[in-house]
Amino acid sequence: MAIADALSTMPGTRRSLRDRVALRLEPYLYTAPALILIAAVMLVPLVLGLSYAFRDIQLLNPFSGGFVGLEHFRTLWGDANFFRALRNTLWWTGASVFLQFALGLILALLLDRPFAGRGLVQALVFLPWAVPTFLTGLNWAWMFNPVIGPLPHWLYALGILDAPNNILSDPSLAMWGPIAANVWWGVPFFAITLLAALQAIPRDLYEAAAIDGAGAFRRFSTITLPFLAPTIAITILLRTVWIANFADLIVVMTNGGPADRTQIVASYIFTQAFKALDFGYASAIAVVLLVLLMIYSMLIVLLRQTLLERG
Amino acid sequence: MRVSFLGTVFHRLAILAYLLFALFPLFWLVKVSVTPNDLLYSEGIRLWPSRTSFEHFRFVLENSAFPLFFRNSLIVATSTAVIVTVLASLAGYAFSRFAFRGRAWLVALMLLTQMFPLVMLVAPIFKMLTPLGLTNSLTGLVIVYTAFNVPFATFLMQSFFDGIPKELEEAAKIDGATQFMAFRQIILPLTLPGIAATLGFVFTAAWSELLFALMLISGNAAATFPVGLLSFVSKFSVDFGQMMAAGVLALIPACLFFLLIQRYLVQGLTAGAVKG
Amino acid sequence: MASIDIDNVRKNYGAVPVLHGVDLTIKDGEFIVLVGPSGCGKSTLLRTVAGLEEVSSGEIRIGGARVNERHPKDRDIAMVFQSYALYPHMNVAENMSYSLRLRRAAKERIASAVSNAAGKLGLEPLLERRPKALSGGQRQRVAMGRAIVRQPKAFLFDEPLSNLDARLREQMRAEIKTLHRDLGATSIYVTHDQIEAMTLADRVVAMHGGIVQQVGSPLELYDRPANLFVASFIGSPAMNLLKGTYDASGAEAGIVLPDGTRIALSGPYALQSGTEVTLGIRPEHVVLSPIDGLPARVSLVEPTGFGIILHLSVHDLPLIAFTLDRTRLQSGPTTAIAFPPEHLHLFDGAGNRVVRAN
Ligand SMILES: Nc1ncnc2c1ncn2[C@@H]1O[C@H](COP(=O)(O)OP(=O)(O)O)[C@@H](O)[C@H]1O
Ligand SMILES: [Mg+2]
Repeated sequence: MAIADALSTMPGTRRSLRDRVALRLEPYLYTAPALILIAAVMLVPLVLGLSYAFRDIQLLNPFSGGFVGLEHFRTLWGDANFFRALRNTLWWTGASVFLQFALGLILALLLDRPFAGRGLVQALVFLPWAVPTFLTGLNWAWMFNPVIGPLPHWLYALGILDAPNNILSDPSLAMWGPIAANVWWGVPFFAITLLAALQAIPRDLYEAAAIDGAGAFRRFSTITLPFLAPTIAITILLRTVWIANFADLIVVMTNGGPADRTQIVASYIFTQAFKALDFGYASAIAVVLLVLLMIYSMLIVLLRQTLLERG
Repeated sequence: MRVSFLGTVFHRLAILAYLLFALFPLFWLVKVSVTPNDLLYSEGIRLWPSRTSFEHFRFVLENSAFPLFFRNSLIVATSTAVIVTVLASLAGYAFSRFAFRGRAWLVALMLLTQMFPLVMLVAPIFKMLTPLGLTNSLTGLVIVYTAFNVPFATFLMQSFFDGIPKELEEAAKIDGATQFMAFRQIILPLTLPGIAATLGFVFTAAWSELLFALMLISGNAAATFPVGLLSFVSKFSVDFGQMMAAGVLALIPACLFFLLIQRYLVQGLTAGAVKG
Repeated sequence: MASIDIDNVRKNYGAVPVLHGVDLTIKDGEFIVLVGPSGCGKSTLLRTVAGLEEVSSGEIRIGGARVNERHPKDRDIAMVFQSYALYPHMNVAENMSYSLRLRRAAKERIASAVSNAAGKLGLEPLLERRPKALSGGQRQRVAMGRAIVRQPKAFLFDEPLSNLDARLREQMRAEIKTLHRDLGATSIYVTHDQIEAMTLADRVVAMHGGIVQQVGSPLELYDRPANLFVASFIGSPAMNLLKGTYDASGAEAGIVLPDGTRIALSGPYALQSGTEVTLGIRPEHVVLSPIDGLPARVSLVEPTGFGIILHLSVHDLPLIAFTLDRTRLQSGPTTAIAFPPEHLHLFDGAGNRVVRAN
């Protein structure tokens, strides 16, 4: 009772004007540090990058910096390397996303079924995702190296290769190297996402369908797929954009070679900025890539809309 | 539901096959790193060398700059993880608990940062950091990595906060806690798994980052592990044993963190997949 | 312990009004039950008293002192949530002592307060357990315990029993009543369950659409509902309501039903002849098989064990009767009924109770 008495005689803590202002500001105070940092390190450079695309910015040339208008874009239009990179990007992204998704879905379905040791297996199959990407790239490059790695010998033994050579130095096959590394590294992401969606499907739906006499395939096509569809759609959309931008593996494994056959747009931007130190041109390519990705996202959204309206 | 025996066998075999696919590259890395030099080529494609040694590890640790790279990476990744987690906790808490003007815009802004190609920012960031003396510095890397990782980490933390009923805070306030005490004594302890997961994600991301480190760092003094390993590879591209030993070293912290957080992976990635 | 005054309290969420000027005075030590359908603003009202929501206008006083500007922690009230809101990372003893620890009470005082409360609620063997390891009923007790260790000025309950099964709910209801008798603390109890309201309350506050419909003792609300809402909300099975026209022409005033049947009232009401009214009668007041009653068809017989619910229709008007007479289980397809005038309720066109003129 003493405490209650003490409290009741204590002057009430009034919500003063200052208190009210603080209450209003509270959410902004919580978010401000993150937002300021994002603005300074991402948005300002984004705007700067857009402006560089119209300027002549060469790191080693102190006289550069002038406004050049659409000059970079004209150069780009005649740049065969850029168009090759664009084709390579499509190839790289399409193959990577398709394989990651297919394997990821299978893996998620396998893991959705209870079995002894599932926790351990799950941890182990997801492990590649924790491997740093540069190390993933190096490791796969080593595995494709006939001197030190087993893959060329196995592929030769299987009759896929005519000789146990390094596919990374074969212009017609080189792209498969980074794609293999990317698939190995990225399947867990799809598997985890799809597994979470799978586990959110109410179990009694399956039981009801089984009682109604639906076979395994019907259950998959009438329950599992429709439930997964939204997750699949958004995951594929996001991953496609992400992988199109993902240059690390290519920079590490082939550096765009041989003969630019593995150069994708993202790695081309990096090469222009990092090797040629031509920031203006690099930024112009980046702007084109950004626009293309935006068009892609928009198309997907539109497609979804029309499908929803029709359905 | 009844599952046929054949189906079960097929299921286990498929899992085994995927396990082999997932683990073989890592196994190979470890195998080469413990193969002595004289056996490296003669037993090149044997699954395990007839004799193992740690000579490559010893060499890498004693005669190369890798301990320095390791230290640099550790500093960068740890600082980034800690700072990001603090900022993301604050922002994620606000997104989870307050309805305020502009909230939808801020969320959209954070989503946007997840969509555009970061490689676009390589040149402008280099130009911005040079006059500030933040190129070739670990601080510069920490700032850049922190900004890059805050949006995703914020969504991650928000999903963990969303999982804590609002009533708990209200009960604490009625019990006599201030908003901040409720946050510290009730909400934070319950979010510890989320904090661990966020720390792990960000640490792994910062530990792995390559392109910005390549661009912003030149020379050994401030090189992170990826930069060091890549320059080592291009200079001494024949010493496979040593390179792979260094690779194993780079793998260790990331794997440790992964094992710590893997329980929360599903939760975290779902949040990421849905929100960004 | 203290009185609570709620003075013309309004609450809007954005442009949407949820409380439309609530007035309520709660005496020291009184047990008030707020009852009403889901979404009527009960929780909102309770939360404004707790300080979890700010009022849009009006005043709230606890023990005579205005508390509008006080944070929940400075109002010295305790609250039991529907979800219990137990701190998952603290054991039962820590949950119960959290408020005292925040107030930096002396160790011995905390220990004695916790063991005292635990004794009252039979929680002694559970003190070391985490909430996860407790059953629903045990969690409910801990939530109660957390409230009573504080010895606050007032207790607020927001549907504390609605997550329990029927048996436990009955048992906890009795315990809450016993606790209140022992502690004598001012309490506001929110529920949508009218049985809880009737059994627990000193006074019941019936709410609907953010407006207080009637305040009174449980029997007052039952016997003299102020309007159609209260009449139909309180009581189970619900009161029969029949539309009709007031007719003062005969020797005795009466109600003429749409089919022409005339039901006699006792004494004149303050109404014009020909006014549209609603007639109410509780199922247990419907007299079965009187000497000269209205003919009724029996469409359904529902034994509840305790009594029997008869679904009838009188000239196609549905009507429910309740009786303790078990022979009614074998009742034939038709029967006769009568409405004793002293048990009839009359409501005007606006739905408000009409009283007898005298
Ligand atoms: N935070 C809020 N924002 C907007 N509307 C709300 C909020 N909380 C409650 N409401 C609305 O206020 C009304 C009353 O809610 P509540 O007090 O919880 O009802 P009850 O407890 O009687 O079921 C409901 O219509 C509800 O939708
Ligand atoms: Mg409620």
